[in-house]
Amino acid sequence: MRRLFLTLGIFILLGLAGFYVFTDPRVVSPAPEIGTLPPPDVENGKLLFAAGGCSSCHATPGQDDKLRLGGGLALPSPFGTFHAPNISPHTRDGIGNWGVKDFVDAMATGVSPSGQHYYPAFPYTSYRLMPPKALADLFAYIRTLPSVEGRAPGHDLPFPFNIRRAVGGWKLLFFDGTPFRPDPTKSEEWNRGAYLVQGPGHCAECHSNRNALGAIIPSTRFAGGPDPEGKGFVPNITQHADGLANWSKSEIAEMLKTGFTPSFDSVGGSMAPVVRNIAQLSDADRMAMAEFIKSLPAVAGPPRPKKAE
Amino acid sequence: MIRTVVVAAGLILGLSAVVAQSDPIAQRRDAMKAVGAATREGAAIAKGEAAFDSAKVQMIFKVYADAAKRLPALYPETAKSGGETTAGPKIWEDQGGFKTALAKFETEAVAGGAAAKDLDSFRSAFGAATKNCGSCHEVYRIKK
Ligand code: HEC
Ligand code: HEC
Ligand code: HEC
Repeated sequence: MRRLFLTLGIFILLGLAGFYVFTDPRVVSPAPEIGTLPPPDVENGKLLFAAGGCSSCHATPGQDDKLRLGGGLALPSPFGTFHAPNISPHTRDGIGNWGVKDFVDAMATGVSPSGQHYYPAFPYTSYRLMPPKALADLFAYIRTLPSVEGRAPGHDLPFPFNIRRAVGGWKLLFFDGTPFRPDPTKSEEWNRGAYLVQGPGHCAECHSNRNALGAIIPSTRFAGGPDPEGKGFVPNITQHADGLANWSKSEIAEMLKTGFTPSFDSVGGSMAPVVRNIAQLSDADRMAMAEFIKSLPAVAGPPRPKKAE
Repeated sequence: MIRTVVVAAGLILGLSAVVAQSDPIAQRRDAMKAVGAATREGAAIAKGEAAFDSAKVQMIFKVYADAAKRLPALYPETAKSGGETTAGPKIWEDQGGFKTALAKFETEAVAGGAAAKDLDSFRSAFGAATKNCGSCHEVYRIKK
């Protein structure tokens, strides 16, 4: 009996130690070359800021200037309510005293300058596809925006979701930290679209079904699912008959610019701000995104909830 | 002429009153479908795929204004869900805001009709009026 307890105790200790080791947020920075990067291209940073929809979450709510990144927007989820932080260049309340490496590590590995894991409510799960050079451009652009005073409220998460360290376990299971690798067998346009849709555009973060731990289920990526914020249903955008099989490439590009679908409905809900952002890209970039989306294999989405009668 | 219009208007009103009583969801969806169809024609003109046609252009703005006028009465408490509605709960939580958004759509549609004298003025009036689609759908509509 004593032995059994001892063995159990050892197993538990080993488990805890394993948890501790494997959830260690210390990162191998993806950006050893940071010191050697050329001067940042602020225009490219501005484009990535629009493609990434950063202001949809980080702009101070209740005012019209989408470039005031004071944070505070509440983001409800099945795990509790997150609040987007202040990412304006304010030195005390925002990210004004961050270095380029801090920013690159946050966006590409989901680890903060003080060495803590970020929750995937911040879609670094997609943004990590942006290479260090692109992230440095984005950082340079954000530094040109107004500095906003005031910290956003903390997250409102029940136990055990309030343990940041546990996010390390989540990452171990679900986070792929590799940057975007172009597919040499595909066209340049397709690769540009694949990068914009999967990286900064983070389209799959909404257009996918998630498992019980809030991670995207790879087999039904892009095939739609319940809205992550619990409001309605996000449509399938693969080439399935319930998805975009009947949309032409230029119809997809047109919707991303004007919001009008081929049947002249106008997309609403959380897609409306996405369109406002993607409309700031060039026609060529929107066509590239459409080229990639037209190449997504047809996948049936999860069943839609029954309509209330 | 006037008589025909009055009779036609009477018929339409009478008819819609009957249907509206039985099914406000079908009514409001039809009104919005008509707005969608008018927008298809407007977009073709704005993009130069169809010729500028003054009568057609007036019709487009009239469809918008008519829908905006009819919609407020088609969202009673008894028709929040059911059918194939994509109406969002916000319509009932913030009835004032929804009616203001419709009133703005109507005002801009009427102003658009008055301003659209040629292709250029049509383009800018149509652009302004159709900004209302996404901004209203963003808040008051949910796909299920
Ligand atoms: C879907 C909403 C959402 C979007 C879109 C979004 N973020 Fe965030 N972001 C968050 C949340 C939530 C956090 C807090 C995560 C945490 O505390 O673990 C966060 C955290 C951050 C942080 C860390 C701030 C700090 O104080 O530690 C940075 C930097 C950041 N985001 C930058 C960006 C950039 C740049 C973009 C656009 C490319 C962006 N975010 C888009 C939700 C979002
Ligand atoms: C914040 C969540 C969110 C993000 C991010 C997002 N979408 Fe959407 N998308 C939606 C919602 C919700 C709808 C349904 C809107 C409606 O029809 O009213 C939608 C609708 C669409 C539609 C229309 C589908 C149909 O059948 O009507 C397309 C196409 C689309 N999105 C493509 C994209 C692309 C491409 C991206 C990336 C650039 C993207 N979405 C990013 C939430 C999102
Ligand atoms: C003030 C709010 C408002 C404005 C402005 C508005 N809509 Fe709508 N629209 C709605 C609502 C609410 C619904 C959902 C209808 C329902 O099911 O009750 C809707 C539904 C629709 C539908 C789907 C109809 C169906 O069920 O098949 C289309 C198409 C549409 N709108 C097109 C447009 C276009 C195009 C414009 C701009 C020219 C526009 N709407 C402007 C509120 C608005």
